[in-house]
Amino acid sequence: MFETALSAADLIFLAKGAGITIVVTAISVVIGTVLGILFGVLRVQLGPILSAPLTLFLDIFRSVPLLIQLVLANSFIGMVLKLQLSGFFVACMVLSLYTSAYCAELVRGGIDAVPGITRRAARSLGMSWAQDMRYIVLPLATRVALPSWIGLALGVMKDSALVYVVQVTELLKSTQILITRLQEPLFLLLICGAFYFIISFPLARFGGYLEKRSSND
Amino acid sequence: MFDYTFQWNQVLVRLPKMLDGALVTMEVAVLSMLIGITLAIILTILRLSGSRPLKAVATGWIEIARNTPALFQIYMAHFGVASFGIHFSPFVSLLIGITFNNAGYLAENFRGALKAIPDTQARAGRSLGMSQIQAFGYIILPQMLRISFLPMTNQMVWAILMTSLGVTVGMNSDLYGVTQDLNALTFRTFELFAIAGVIFYVITKFITLSARIIASRLFRY
Repeated sequence: MFETALSAADLIFLAKGAGITIVVTAISVVIGTVLGILFGVLRVQLGPILSAPLTLFLDIFRSVPLLIQLVLANSFIGMVLKLQLSGFFVACMVLSLYTSAYCAELVRGGIDAVPGITRRAARSLGMSWAQDMRYIVLPLATRVALPSWIGLALGVMKDSALVYVVQVTELLKSTQILITRLQEPLFLLLICGAFYFIISFPLARFGGYLEKRSSND
Repeated sequence: MFDYTFQWNQVLVRLPKMLDGALVTMEVAVLSMLIGITLAIILTILRLSGSRPLKAVATGWIEIARNTPALFQIYMAHFGVASFGIHFSPFVSLLIGITFNNAGYLAENFRGALKAIPDTQARAGRSLGMSQIQAFGYIILPQMLRISFLPMTNQMVWAILMTSLGVTVGMNSDLYGVTQDLNALTFRTFELFAIAGVIFYVITKFITLSARIIASRLFRY
């Protein structure tokens, strides 16, 4: 009834692609979040005028297609700087900056959501700026930004499908290679889509739940 | 410092071609948004309807659109449906993929917007003698679209950025596709894609700015 030429070796090949997708996402989200927090705090601390260059820089990552960012970074490193860097490295670098641009926006929103009065109260209790950040702003801002951050991380995972352009064989690319060989596009694409869905759906639901919980009280 | 000579002239003489591509990009994005908004409204209505199978269809659509990569959706619209013997042109595949994605995200935005509209409004409309359809069309829908205007703008920007994925299904008339073809011709990869990036940046800025102006005119009170 239902026949497929998909062998165990092919499944391992797909699993490897899935592994690359997860590794690239994990690296980019971790580095991107650290950078994003840094950029976000900087933007709030510096004020709109002083941070304008930073804002513009981050804006580029959100206004230019990721494909173009990847191609640009790759050709700049390869052709202009003449460096031999692996596609994996370039992919992680671009995706990290891409993540940080969105994350900075979340961090800024989170910090803005902390009432100024609360922060002044902290400072007038004798807390230093760092203590105010650590004990007052961080916990409150995290609560506001966490659901969107989960959405961002999932978004990065979905966008990591584009790193094929710098010769990184992640899940979708490995699926495509198999499609070319086995000529069973629908079946293979469904496996690939199911993988993304299984990872993304529960986490997205969890994010929605967190959002609901924090908006109820 | 760099052992590389930038040759911007090579690219600038081909700028008109790229701008033509930008028009196609805009065309795809605008079409996908218009159809996407229509579909999203239908999905929202299906979700509100009491019928279980209809609700399941809407929820399934929205969750798949939101939880799989846009590139996967475009592949599906091109290579996936080809298994059933349906062959779309790259333009149509790209349009279907982006529209599917847009509709899913917009329907979710609409759901959030609906929460902000008090139930009493629909009931007030009903008690004034409006039919259910009238109450939705005249009272709920305009407010829903207004509340989700900003998310819609964001989605429009996303749609513009997503058109660059069309190249994977063989689209070569949009901005990214044109750039790719010119790249094969001239090998000025960095210069070409830098200019393409600038054009994309200008387009997205144009959209966000004009949306802001429209919003300030439409929603003045």
